[in-house]
Amino acid sequence: MDTAATYNDKVVRQFSIMVVVWGIVGMLVGVIIAAQLIWPALNFDVSFLTYSRLRPLHTNAVIFAFGGSALIGTSFYVVQRTCHIRLAFDKLAAFVFWGWQTVILLAAITLPLGITQSKEYAELEWPIDILITVVWVAYAIVFFGTIVKRRIKHIYVANWFYGAFIITVAILHIFNNLSIPVSLTKSYSLYSGIVDGMMQWWYGHNAVGFFLTAGFLGMMYYFVPKQAGRPVYSYRLSVVHFWSLIAVYMWAGPHHLHYTSLPDWAQTLGMVFSIILLAPSWGGMINGIMTLSGAWHKLRSDPILKFMIVSLSFYGMSTFEGPMMSIKTVNALSHYTDWTIGHVHSGALGWVAMMTIGTIYSLLPRLYNKEGMYSTKLIDVHFWTSTIGVVLYAVALWVAGITQGLMWRAVNADGTLTYSFVESLKATYPYYGLRLVGGLLFFSGMLIMAYNVWKTVSDKKPVPVAVLDPA
Amino acid sequence: MDIDLVRGILTAVIFFAFIGIWVWAWSSRRKSDFEASAALPLEEDTYINNERENI
Repeated sequence: MDTAATYNDKVVRQFSIMVVVWGIVGMLVGVIIAAQLIWPALNFDVSFLTYSRLRPLHTNAVIFAFGGSALIGTSFYVVQRTCHIRLAFDKLAAFVFWGWQTVILLAAITLPLGITQSKEYAELEWPIDILITVVWVAYAIVFFGTIVKRRIKHIYVANWFYGAFIITVAILHIFNNLSIPVSLTKSYSLYSGIVDGMMQWWYGHNAVGFFLTAGFLGMMYYFVPKQAGRPVYSYRLSVVHFWSLIAVYMWAGPHHLHYTSLPDWAQTLGMVFSIILLAPSWGGMINGIMTLSGAWHKLRSDPILKFMIVSLSFYGMSTFEGPMMSIKTVNALSHYTDWTIGHVHSGALGWVAMMTIGTIYSLLPRLYNKEGMYSTKLIDVHFWTSTIGVVLYAVALWVAGITQGLMWRAVNADGTLTYSFVESLKATYPYYGLRLVGGLLFFSGMLIMAYNVWKTVSDKKPVPVAVLDPA
Repeated sequence: MDIDLVRGILTAVIFFAFIGIWVWAWSSRRKSDFEASAALPLEEDTYINNERENI
């Protein structure tokens, strides 16, 4: 049979398996650095095991390796299914997979060696940045090339979200990483001072908005209806959701720079747009959750749907929490405390990881021509370890963060500080312990997933899937 | 033209474009197209040589 009549699922399978692998690696590093915060001696006085070098390894591994593989893989699946056409440019798609894995390996080598641009979430040095750009352009060519030759007139909403994610991440990556190289492993940013800060957080917050939100909303808009067996609650709402979300997100970055030398009007602008963001965020969340209306009973028997609905609930919670924290007076308490870290993780573990896990459980059996995963029971166990893990994690850091914020701002009658910094650190210890337990639980869930995935895919060869007729 | 006037006009244009998207999305002529699109994720795969047990 000629290949044009089948979907290119090989590249989707490759990315899907790597999602599980990088999820385990990235979360393991997270658990290690969470333990180092309690027991600093765990770096064993080895330079490449220090917190400062492992922390960027953790963030890069979970965001770009785990999250990135999930986004690229599922976008290749969704764009073929919703366009009724095989993926454009098979060889280029293979290059995207191997290129992206090379980027990840280079990150895993250079970051522990201390080779870094010192830009948060953009630590990788210029030669790797150039490779990322090349791979990303190839990704865009494959994705949009498939859209161009689609055999369905309308472009399904998930593709709009994936498309916005691809275009915006390309722009963010290129402009934030503009720098002057002085050697193979060292470069200086083109920006300095507060302009550097503003570029960094324009990049940083839109990495949240377009990598960790728009991309995963694309995933949500395909796999939640698929798993629920019902069309999305309101397709009209999804159109308005898309345009309002991408129009507003771009302006929220300055809320990372409250009370800095950034002009006050820019801080206020960032705050106002962050608050407005609540509307499209909740519109999308409601659209996802209400997809189950009339079929709520499925939640009782299908742990994959449980993953997805709890993920959307965490999306709703963290997109309420985020705008609240962007209000200057709240930010005065929350910023630089562990509350921020808790907020990030209720988004990253609760929303991004749980949506990814649910999607992979939904997708893998289809990719390997199976009725379902090896064990539904183990998916349920994974669901509960993840949910309890992320709740423990978030609660621990809420309490830790608010404690820190209140202690740091407390002043005596004569204007001196009530507490020294180390006293607030001491007060934080028990919550660091609780956070480690939450992280360990979430991580152990990934090991259960790895076993379940292995048992599902190891015994059979996958079967090609026929491209559907034009509609 | 004064830059602030341009900014004001741009804001108004974007505001009405947003209203326009609502009107477009909610117009009854979109209904059947949207229903067809919303059904896309529900299509099932057709496996070639589909013999689930003997592959």
